[in-house]
Amino acid sequence: MTYTVHVRVVPRAGILDPQGQAVEHALHALGFGAASKVRIGRAIEMTVAAKNADEAREQARKMCDKLLANPVTEDYEMEIEG
Amino acid sequence: MTLRVAVVRFPGSNCDFDSLHSAQRAGTEAYFVWHRDTDLQQADAVILPGGFSYGDYLRSGAIARFSPIMPAVQKHAAAGGPVLGICNGFQILCEAGMLPGALVRNGRLSFVSRPVTLQVEQTDTAFTNAYEAGALLRMPVAHGDGRFAASAETVRELEANRRVVVRYVSSAGPAKGEDNPNGSINDIAGICNAQGNVVGLMPHPDRAADPALGNVDGMGFFTSVLTWSSVAATR
Repeated sequence: MTYTVHVRVVPRAGILDPQGQAVEHALHALGFGAASKVRIGRAIEMTVAAKNADEAREQARKMCDKLLANPVTEDYEMEIEG
Repeated sequence: MTLRVAVVRFPGSNCDFDSLHSAQRAGTEAYFVWHRDTDLQQADAVILPGGFSYGDYLRSGAIARFSPIMPAVQKHAAAGGPVLGICNGFQILCEAGMLPGALVRNGRLSFVSRPVTLQVEQTDTAFTNAYEAGALLRMPVAHGDGRFAASAETVRELEANRRVVVRYVSSAGPAKGEDNPNGSINDIAGICNAQGNVVGLMPHPDRAADPALGNVDGMGFFTSVLTWSSVAATR
């Protein structure tokens, strides 16, 4: 089986995110005053071969811990489609 | 016997010659090692130079840290061997867990390339023992991801154990405003491990180590290793 894995990596809460701040200012300047707490991260999409969704999730988690996210400054979430 | 210094080249290293030249000017036998090699060729010390290894893809240093040469670098460091990471080299050392914390996007988002003033706070390291404690140095920074970030606990531990090696300052005291080029926590420019044999810094001593450049403030980073106890003892 193959599963599509979507990983979202975001800067950890409490770590200054200057990109998020700059985009928030730009949104406010455009009149979108409703926007706040803007955080900018990255989205990673991949296909993972696995026996089942749990195994795909476990493999993706290992990939995040080892390479895709930096545990010092980032948090991640993932979704599995399959 | 001349001290051997391995300068590791990654795809995207661009300060490899600066580091090689500086180490040679310091009187060491410096040579290049390719990132796909697995052997440091009896190096006494290792330099991870500046640049943009793997195009800074994903995060600066994140891919380089898994290069085939890195297990040898980690083994060398674990045995007390000196390892210096300059700029991208510092980012690689943090990604590899050889130094704590991480280097993230500059606080003002822009790439910063200009001279800064540093104060040497820790001289009991393999790369700063040639300096007087408190010495002020001028040298360039050139980075987009140079803001040192770490958990509050890690920062406390670094400060308590005097592992901040160099700090951004103004010529007249603590850094104000632009004196800290990237928003680094506590104005931290460089740190070391607990043993002082692994040092990483964002500024470029390799670009301030030749009289032809009008500045030799960085030379001590390359001469210090000659007098570092663990290295000197084996000569």
